[in-house]
Amino acid sequence: MRKAFIDTLVELAGKDERIFLLTGDLGFSVLEGFRDRFPRRFFNMGVAEQNMIGVAAGLALSGKIVFVYSIVPFVTMRCLEQIRNDLCFHNLDVRIVGIGAGLTYGPAGATHHAVEDVSIMRSLVNMTVLSPGDPAETRVCVREACHRKGPVYIRLGKGVDAPVHRQNVKFSIGKAIVLRKGTDLTLIASGSMLSMAERICKKLGDKGLCVRFISMPTIKPIDQGAISDAAKATRAVFTLEEHGEIGGLGSAVADVLAESKNKVLFRKFALKDVYRKTVGSRDYLLKKEGLSEEGITRSIFDYMRKV
Amino acid sequence: MHKKKIDKIAGEVRKKIISMHARADASHIGSSLSCVDLLVCLYFDVLKLGNKKQPAAGRDRFLMSKGHAASALYATLAERDLIDSRTLGNYCCEKSLLPGHVTRGCAPFIEASAGSLGHGLPIGAGMALSAKYDRSGYRVFVLMSDGECDEGSVWEAALFAAHHKLDNLTAIIDYNKLQAFGRVEEVLGLEPLADKWRSFGWAVKEINGHDCKKITDTLKRVPFSKGRPSIMLAHTVKGKGVSFMEDELKWHYKSPKGDDLKKALKELKR
Repeated sequence: MRKAFIDTLVELAGKDERIFLLTGDLGFSVLEGFRDRFPRRFFNMGVAEQNMIGVAAGLALSGKIVFVYSIVPFVTMRCLEQIRNDLCFHNLDVRIVGIGAGLTYGPAGATHHAVEDVSIMRSLVNMTVLSPGDPAETRVCVREACHRKGPVYIRLGKGVDAPVHRQNVKFSIGKAIVLRKGTDLTLIASGSMLSMAERICKKLGDKGLCVRFISMPTIKPIDQGAISDAAKATRAVFTLEEHGEIGGLGSAVADVLAESKNKVLFRKFALKDVYRKTVGSRDYLLKKEGLSEEGITRSIFDYMRKV
Repeated sequence: MHKKKIDKIAGEVRKKIISMHARADASHIGSSLSCVDLLVCLYFDVLKLGNKKQPAAGRDRFLMSKGHAASALYATLAERDLIDSRTLGNYCCEKSLLPGHVTRGCAPFIEASAGSLGHGLPIGAGMALSAKYDRSGYRVFVLMSDGECDEGSVWEAALFAAHHKLDNLTAIIDYNKLQAFGRVEEVLGLEPLADKWRSFGWAVKEINGHDCKKITDTLKRVPFSKGRPSIMLAHTVKGKGVSFMEDELKWHYKSPKGDDLKKALKELKR
């Protein structure tokens, strides 16, 4: 995902001199390509995220398109008020790129886990929230975000680069991608859980369930039409995300379903609302919380048998 | 500009501020009166703003980082004919587009909104960086309060601006020694403040922030040192111009009513 991000950004920056990249002293082995090619438009801001967002605002107020880069908690929460007042209130063209969705940095401990960011970013006025699910979606998100009016948050996983889309995918911000049309149930996934969701769909299919499979790379503004259509076409809607259970993809979908005329069963698969003191790899932690391919497949299957 | 004329304008701005706060029952009158002379010198003698109606790309940028002194900025802009004086009467009242904290878009030349402290200097550094990149000659001025220097983001920006040699950036501290709930030296001491900025790589000058000739002469000489950002520590008095408001914490909050209002306006008429 990081490679897809930086390759796309370098390509865009080659055509548009307004594009700047600022980093909070992170990006070793990722950002060098941009730094070496566009040294006047690359700034390592040091470990100073509040200033990084403020400087990005000053650049954007002077007509620049600014990407800022760091690990999720540092680039969203450490400088939250700067994001709100400087970027969102002024509605500026700054793109916040957060690395390490969910439990990407599992062994590093709770300070590095990203489980509240989508909820927080979604609540900010004027903010667009993107959570691409594979390298192809990442390329589209970066390209679309680049020339969108107003601030954008792009949440990226790390080491979850398995392609879901066989070829280049086409979509615009605010639109869901219906990967498979089904009639029994809908599974909506976003970000780093997309490839696992694809495998779950296959397993459910093997068990005889016809799954409508939707990728939701834009969490705000959420595609209300796609969710309503799913509620009409299937009996149950499930969401899957690598984020805390409060305020993420599942909450955004639930908001739409709660106001929808179509009665449909709903269940959210997300991370529990706790800090994790036991650490380990991402896979280990996800499994421990029941967010494994087998665990989710079984839950959905059991759930569908009851309805 | 001639000293007498500048002093007269500052007096008019102070009268406007008193009336605005009295009508709106709004806080921060002391903070506004403290920085009037700085603002008047900037807008009448220092800033190169070009066309009044259509801000040009090459205009100097001014950021009012101490956004709570919004009334002083609005009143100065009105005196300079950059906003309609009649709108001042509605400051902070219902339907008003002039909020108690500086808001971009409510008048031309308000480059950024402010209200939470410690935001202006990073934004100003970004603008100064942009000017360097574009090889544009405009300068960026940021007015901050002394209490604002408690914010870590101010010092992050201080490091950044010096590291990148942003000598087109000038900070001004309205150093009135009183913050929201106490004296600066009692709340969180800043001294030796000039030395702190110097050690961060800034070129520092200290002046009397109510001496208009000193203010203008100093700001006309930026950068104070080539290759370094400049900072002017302006020693001021909170509530300046109204005897009973001067150096009094309560006028961070109160607005003048009845006899206080009459007395304040009478003092400023002299």
